[in-house]
Amino acid sequence: MNLVIRKREESLGWGVLVVYLGALALAFCVCALLLKMSGKPGFGGLAILFRGAFGQTYALLDGLVKAIPIFLCALGVALSFRMQVWNIGAEGQFALGAVGATWAALTFPGLPGVALMPLMLLCAMLAGAAWGAIPAALRLRLGVSEVISSLMLNYIGILLLEYLVFGVWKDPASFGFPMTAEFASGGQIARILPGVLGKLHWGLLACPVAGVAYWVLLSRTRLGFEIAAAGEGERVARYAQLPYGFLVFFVMGLGGALSGLAGSIETSATLGRLQPTIMVGYGYTAIVVAWLARLRPWAIAFTAYLLAAFRVGGEVMQLELQVPAAFGPIMEGAILLCVLAGQFFLTYSVSLRPSPKAARPAPPANDANDAAKGARS
Amino acid sequence: MSPELIIALFAAAVQAGTPILFATLGEIVSEKAGVMNLGVEGVIALSAFAAFVVCHLTGSAWLGLLAGGLAGTLLCGLHSLVCQVFLGNQVVSGLALTLFGVGLATFLGTPYVGQATEGFGKIAVPLLSDIPVLGPILFRHDTLVYLGYIAPVAVWFLLNRTSLGLGLRAAGEMPAAAAAAGLNPQRLRAFGVLAGGFLCGLGGAYLSLAHTHLWTTGLSGGRGWVAVALVIFAFWRPGRAVIGALLFGGVMAFQLRLQASGTNIPSSLLLMLPYALTVIVLVFSAARARERSGASAAPAALGVNIEPEG
Repeated sequence: MNLVIRKREESLGWGVLVVYLGALALAFCVCALLLKMSGKPGFGGLAILFRGAFGQTYALLDGLVKAIPIFLCALGVALSFRMQVWNIGAEGQFALGAVGATWAALTFPGLPGVALMPLMLLCAMLAGAAWGAIPAALRLRLGVSEVISSLMLNYIGILLLEYLVFGVWKDPASFGFPMTAEFASGGQIARILPGVLGKLHWGLLACPVAGVAYWVLLSRTRLGFEIAAAGEGERVARYAQLPYGFLVFFVMGLGGALSGLAGSIETSATLGRLQPTIMVGYGYTAIVVAWLARLRPWAIAFTAYLLAAFRVGGEVMQLELQVPAAFGPIMEGAILLCVLAGQFFLTYSVSLRPSPKAARPAPPANDANDAAKGARS
Repeated sequence: MSPELIIALFAAAVQAGTPILFATLGEIVSEKAGVMNLGVEGVIALSAFAAFVVCHLTGSAWLGLLAGGLAGTLLCGLHSLVCQVFLGNQVVSGLALTLFGVGLATFLGTPYVGQATEGFGKIAVPLLSDIPVLGPILFRHDTLVYLGYIAPVAVWFLLNRTSLGLGLRAAGEMPAAAAAAGLNPQRLRAFGVLAGGFLCGLGGAYLSLAHTHLWTTGLSGGRGWVAVALVIFAFWRPGRAVIGALLFGGVMAFQLRLQASGTNIPSSLLLMLPYALTVIVLVFSAARARERSGASAAPAALGVNIEPEG
């Protein structure tokens, strides 16, 4: 018997769902196995995780709160992935966004909220965009791979944030804790309905705005078509006379701005001040989300919520089973690996055929190669 | 600075450069065969833990080293499976591998945090260690450092002087031509990824068995990414990898000394040094690659999966 691998001619339809569910199931089995290996209940642990994620209203709301920064960062990442530009610097751009917003909040505490809030968001987006533009510039002017430079800027951005919070921005009244002073009330994003909707805050509004803008940009504008076309590769893009350099700058800058926005919302809504604890790896989760969602905005929204909910459930499991926090990245890594492998079946079909040797007499020596090719196609 | 201090600094650079050297060599082997592996950071983390745990349980540093190498091979096997069999994107798979590997090391290692292990001790090489200046810098280290002196030569020999190495390079430059020549590029690539994983694993093992001698979380600390960058700096050549590893070892050692000396430069700024240097080194290598030939020294089919026909 021979394995016959063929490129699919039409899409799988509902089969896509089966592939994804299968990949998720496999990833969960791996996670359960790991829990079991460390002496915890395997699937029982996952049950706790699911109950923690989806069991109560406040857990659902908490998931939504965590989904906000993940969604924004994932949109930013997806934008550059569209173009095959591997911006993995969302984490650093998120940090710079938080720094930018904090700078505005600490420098102009006297401004009224209507002026301060937009200023903070603007500073955050500019800082994030600048951080994203560095790898773009390095790649275009000097030919430096954006994968490594954007990743290095993650480390540098987080250390910059720590430098500021441990140093010049440290609140004298914080008893030595690394945190800035609390922002003026105009610099804090309020909760929507604290009694009813828990920690859910107005930063949520940024998501539909950014999501619709992303969709319009990519499917309704010339620029969007150019980005999609440039995704075929630099040589193709230059041959088609697309402004490749500008497009790289654009996707990296806008992606950085979105991640920066996420950073400012997170700082100003959940903490009301800057603390190193806001860096919990949303920028890396965003990469997982963008790829799982195959870069489509609706799917990004859904996947961002799903992974945010797993984070919430993971925290519950951490408390109940004393599982280390590192379980989160393991799960995300396992899911991404399994889905990545599973996506093979979206492009290719695999079937078993009797081997050609058994079915036919041996072809003449000269045609052996062609015959083998024919049998496989 | 006194001469003794400078000698001590150089010796520390050699030591700190060794794990980076192993990881860089591993990534060179993998990339020469055409597979980009951005999971090095995860591979280092996991193999550091595997080496620690085996050494801790058996008391044998050599078994620990072997476990580190095998853990690296195993994790890279996952990368090979996802990219070569299921044709997953190499960049994304590598990132997933990093998430998974670093997470797994932290997860499994939590009960062991702060525990010490014997690991490899320092052995002065007779005669050679008495040479002034060079002796203390090069020949008063642990066995793994000495292994690190041989490794670049071995990798160079493998890649440039054996038919297996020729096959590996063919699989990385033009897999279709390799296949036409009767080689099996998929198998060669798998070998490159797995052997590369073993070498990266040795680098990880070095961290827990010879560098810290104890288990803490975050042991890899970005070294894997530095290694990925150094492959570009080295133009995919083992000899130049040595220079890069020494440079980074030097910066890391220097930064540690400075911190220990109680300087008033904030530690967050000092910790930025290796990461900033990585970017600078990349800029420098890109400029040099351009003035040399206009083309980079990267294998032509690097990062491109071999698709099934039909």
